[in-house]
Amino acid sequence: MSAEKDIVLDVQNLKVDIPVSAGMLHPVRGISFSVARGETLCIVGESGCGKSLTSLALMGLLPKNAQRSADRINFLDQDIQNLKEREMARLRGVKMAMIFQEPMTSLNPSYTISNQLEEVYLRHISSNRAEARERAIFLLGKVGISSAESRLGQYPHQLSGGLRQRVMIAMALMCGPDLIIADEPTTALDVTIQAQILHLLAELQADFDMAMILITHDLGIVARVADKVQVMYAGLTVEEGPCEAVFDTPLHPYTSGLLRCIPVPGKTAPGQPLGTVPGIVPNMVGELQGCMFRNRCEHATDVCETLPNSATQLANGHAFTCRLSPDAATRSEGA
Amino acid sequence: MIDMSLSPLRGQQTAEEILEPSPMSKLRRRIFKNHSFMIGAAILIVILVCALVAPLLAPHDPYELDLSKRLINPFWHDKKTDAEFMLGTDKIGRDYLSRLIYGAQISLLIGFSTILISGVIGTALGVTAGYFGGRVDMMVNFIINTRLAMPVFLVAMAAVVAFGASLHVVILVLGLFLWDRFAVVMRSITMQARDLDYVKAARAIGCSTPHIIIREIFPNVLSSLTVVATVEMANAILLEAALSFLGFGVQAPTPSWGLMLNEGREYMFFSPWLLALPGMGLFLLVLAINLFGDGLRDVTLERER
Amino acid sequence: MKEEAALEVVDVSCVFRVNQGFMKGTKALHAVNGVSLKIPKGKVVGLVGESGCGKSTLANILLGLQKPTSGNVLYSGSSADSFSQRHIARRIQPIFQDPYSSLNATKSIKSIISLPLRVHRVGAPADWDRKVYEMLDLVGLPRRVAQSFPSQLSGGQRQRVAIARALIMRPEVIICDEPTSALDVSVQSQILNLLQDLRQELGLTYLMISHNLAVVEHMADRVAVMYLGRIVEEADAATLFRAPSHPYTKALLSSVLTPDPHLGVPDTQLGTVFPNPIDPPSGCSFHPRCAACMDICREQAPQPQINGAHMAECHLDTAAAG
Repeated sequence: MSAEKDIVLDVQNLKVDIPVSAGMLHPVRGISFSVARGETLCIVGESGCGKSLTSLALMGLLPKNAQRSADRINFLDQDIQNLKEREMARLRGVKMAMIFQEPMTSLNPSYTISNQLEEVYLRHISSNRAEARERAIFLLGKVGISSAESRLGQYPHQLSGGLRQRVMIAMALMCGPDLIIADEPTTALDVTIQAQILHLLAELQADFDMAMILITHDLGIVARVADKVQVMYAGLTVEEGPCEAVFDTPLHPYTSGLLRCIPVPGKTAPGQPLGTVPGIVPNMVGELQGCMFRNRCEHATDVCETLPNSATQLANGHAFTCRLSPDAATRSEGA
Repeated sequence: MIDMSLSPLRGQQTAEEILEPSPMSKLRRRIFKNHSFMIGAAILIVILVCALVAPLLAPHDPYELDLSKRLINPFWHDKKTDAEFMLGTDKIGRDYLSRLIYGAQISLLIGFSTILISGVIGTALGVTAGYFGGRVDMMVNFIINTRLAMPVFLVAMAAVVAFGASLHVVILVLGLFLWDRFAVVMRSITMQARDLDYVKAARAIGCSTPHIIIREIFPNVLSSLTVVATVEMANAILLEAALSFLGFGVQAPTPSWGLMLNEGREYMFFSPWLLALPGMGLFLLVLAINLFGDGLRDVTLERER
Repeated sequence: MKEEAALEVVDVSCVFRVNQGFMKGTKALHAVNGVSLKIPKGKVVGLVGESGCGKSTLANILLGLQKPTSGNVLYSGSSADSFSQRHIARRIQPIFQDPYSSLNATKSIKSIISLPLRVHRVGAPADWDRKVYEMLDLVGLPRRVAQSFPSQLSGGQRQRVAIARALIMRPEVIICDEPTSALDVSVQSQILNLLQDLRQELGLTYLMISHNLAVVEHMADRVAVMYLGRIVEEADAATLFRAPSHPYTKALLSSVLTPDPHLGVPDTQLGTVFPNPIDPPSGCSFHPRCAACMDICREQAPQPQINGAHMAECHLDTAAAG
């Protein structure tokens, strides 16, 4: 099965280091994943876990002082680690597209929608204006914007937040990318609009047969859209696997702890206390050793101080990084 | 009245450490790392100390003239020098070093008094406009625009002609005219601060409007205020020098750097140091103020990031 | 079913004049349009709706920060007009969404929490420190944070400080405006638990404003759903979540993404149009987005249908009742 999969992006041991006044900050400390055509990978974690820097590192958009290293970052069977900025920019425009959280700041307020949509196409694909316009209208229709032609002449501020995010998605699709990286694409939107946009993304992904990496802090979104899940904590993957496996039998104490924090209508009893994960994310400066979750973990022992970060692999691709055996982890979850 | 029985549980839930150093210590660390701030502050302190202890420092009375000792060269010349007058004398035999030191006094006095007056006017107008908005804002904007339509230099000259030239008139004219930047900057910053939730929280607590403006908003705009103040101070010092140079500012025999430039003008080719020394003084002072202001902006803006 | 109302709004409207541009005059924006809502003492009322529906304006009206254009606000049964802002402030306090902007960065935590005491001159200044420590204990913060500044605290800690500030005057009603939506999941549950504990201990009444229906379901006894300045459905929480009657409530409920991997992304069947509140649609303001829109919805605004403790404003109900 896995041999047939058409892997679009394959990342091995990605690290990001940022020098700060107190020493070296390690926001991403070696994460690996791959995503195939037609597949959705969700990277989930709380603020400060390194998920956004991961996406920026993939796109080559890290802040200037940050250093990226990896064993490999293969995109469409080509290692993109040593690409020049110009080649990377071309790749970003055409093959890899990004959708950001805040559509208002990612659209240029002084250009019309048609300007911005067509510009990408004209720059990278062909200089035929009529073609570009046709593609823009086609895609606006695809993202569910009715009367696309009249929308083309409008400016971003004339659109509501939901429409702007739809335009952003259309823009990302202009050159027919193979991979879409969406960083919190619905966080700034209302719940009803959020559901619509996620629905749309899933639909388009199937339509255009793209790979998608969705980065979010919202486990609800992950459960609904992901094929594969990667739970990040303190710059490392603590648990990964097929979506059903991770949510049905969460093995890492962090994952199960997070799931207990969320009120679910019909499941959690109204008014009763919710589960909590006490404490905060550790400081990521300097030499880091052992399991970084140990100061918040109810199962932590002395062993966790020096534990090597090796994952326990299960048969179905489910893996987690913890001293607990899978049986013990599920048992503690049930208790 | 409060049942504390649940407290231990809550304490356990927030076994969080305070990782961040206090904002003060962070600010201090950043200040020491900021070269432009440190250099600017160092020069400024030297000039400030010179001005403050001028009577102790100056070897001579800056007004005492001795026509027999006219135009003595400073120490680096090989002829017509006098060990008593390190930096020489001017065209009527006054000690140039003493006049330079007392000139710093005048420049700083002008700078500080001007920003005091203009800062109070501009901040009051700007903060009021920014906080209340609407009609008040429109009115203040009108006043700002009226002020901007008036050329400072011409009005200053006219005022000097009308009221006579003196230090007080110069300070008053500059103070009453250089508040526009204060008003514009304070207005926009107050507008941003006004919409933040802590202001709303203060209103919901029942704080009076003056309390909110003075105690809640003002501390948050203070850093921008000081940055504008440095810019305006440099501006005021240069304007005074220009006015004095043209004869519309501080009058002789007061040792103002601008006036000294004017007096040395005729000797430009034979005794260029008469121009160079006060020019250098002005240059150093304004440079120091600007470096200080730039550094201050970097240091405080970083805090807000 | 008579309950004492801690706070009540009766037919409140709030109209803003919106500038249409240079020389174009102004247009009326009905941010809140004839809203009546009762917040019973000791209960949690949830107020849900999308951004721009007027829920924040309603909160401002309740806090006395915004004068309603018409209608009445009643505090424990007496009209707000007879109260000063300071008086209202002692009874009702807010907790805001963003703990980063709700605390003044230039003040120490002690100064922030004790501000209400200083403003209202409650007790002797010597007691203020003790009271601040009491509040820190109450919200689960170590006492040493009193000397810290907001920038030194995490988001969750800041929100606890905001809660301490709101509670130090022992108000009756707390208006929680999206109290957890800016926080991480693990912190969100801590804050929600804290709010629950505090309510039981101090007998507080909450108005819980949120767009997160799962949070509202967890916290609230009663829920009101707001759309374009109107409350379109109001019922006991259990009823509303089990049997919503307004199509908008149904759409909101279906958009809640619970972490269930066996379900896909729901199709809410709301169109892409979002009405402009300056230029609201005719008839029922929800009709352009409604999947069950009928002819009458385009022409006539529905009247509230009250069925016991369940109120809904929809022609479907009118038809069913008729």
